[in-house]
Amino acid sequence: MSETSLVQEFTKGLWKEIPPFRLVLGLCPTLAVTKAFDTGFGMGLALTFVLVCSNILVSLGRKIIPSKVRVPCFIIIIATFVVIVELVMQAYTYSLFLRLGIFIPLIVVNCIVLGRAEAFASKQGIGRSILDGFGMGLGFTISLSVLGSIREIFGAGKWAGMELFGASFQPFTFMVEAPGAFVCLGLMLGIMNLFGKE
Amino acid sequence: MEDYILLAVGAILVNNILLIQYLGNCPFLGTSKSMDTAVGMAMAVVFVLALAGIVTWIIYYVFLVPFGLEYIRTLAFILVIAALVQFVELFLKKSIPALYAGLGIFLPLITTNCAVFGVCIINIDEEYKFLEMLVSSIAYPMGFGLALILFAGLRERIIIGRVPTPMQDVAIALVTAGFMSLSFLGFKGMI
Repeated sequence: MSETSLVQEFTKGLWKEIPPFRLVLGLCPTLAVTKAFDTGFGMGLALTFVLVCSNILVSLGRKIIPSKVRVPCFIIIIATFVVIVELVMQAYTYSLFLRLGIFIPLIVVNCIVLGRAEAFASKQGIGRSILDGFGMGLGFTISLSVLGSIREIFGAGKWAGMELFGASFQPFTFMVEAPGAFVCLGLMLGIMNLFGKE
Repeated sequence: MEDYILLAVGAILVNNILLIQYLGNCPFLGTSKSMDTAVGMAMAVVFVLALAGIVTWIIYYVFLVPFGLEYIRTLAFILVIAALVQFVELFLKKSIPALYAGLGIFLPLITTNCAVFGVCIINIDEEYKFLEMLVSSIAYPMGFGLALILFAGLRERIIIGRVPTPMQDVAIALVTAGFMSLSFLGFKGMI
């Protein structure tokens, strides 16, 4: 691990280990909030914030936290930042807050955040942990935005609220319903496997 | 009485937690590769969620609401669930070793299962009374178990079939889940 450069630490979250495709973690928000581009993007930013902050604290405390109780400690750190995000979003982006609903508190149990704390930040220095958090968060935001865009364009004929096609367009509502999320994510994963083989 | 039955049917089929509400999908994909693990996970979730639902509901209305602390429910609930899972694990190990062996590694994994945490939050957001909360805390995980076990059955067949290489494993599982979700969507008109 120590030979990887700082740049690689950042970029691995963008393609090589891009969540949620490469590490099949954190699927619940991926499926649930990608009905449209803006919810996916908002969720991605919220998760990036939590990921970066929790990575910083976990990395700082890695020498103090006894390994036996590390998971509860990580969860408390993560939960604290999730509460902050929840309150901030409620105050400044209330409509987005309502649309994301239950999935903001659910960032606490998002496996990506806990996974990075456990697998990366608890072993590495603070600089690398911040880069890792930013990379992973950005990768997650990109994935969610792309998935949200695809579902919104096909399912509602819009992108970020703008009408794309004329009035004659028949929306493919399957895409914005629950099954569309699973099928779309499955196909995207298949396409990524096709191109990304090593 | 009718209300409770409707609530239960709604939670198991119409608003199925895995396929319609998208909660608990990581263990859904992780433990559905074989029937044994699926059954173990389903049992563990039913057991823990029934307890967690009751405990978090009581904590919310007895400790958080009177002191105006609703905003830290996320923090409080996750701690309660984590502690509860540990406690249940110790208790089962000591008193019902057979059940403990059956649930195995799935118990600790439940701490980070969003289905458990999600249902606790749903109970609060929907402002359920005590009995309604009880019904929902039992019915939702039953829906989880139903979907998980059905899906494990499908997945055991898919492994035998010839799947194109890029679509193997998780990709084909997601597409399959999509079509299962489509069939659960058909229950929408029921209530």
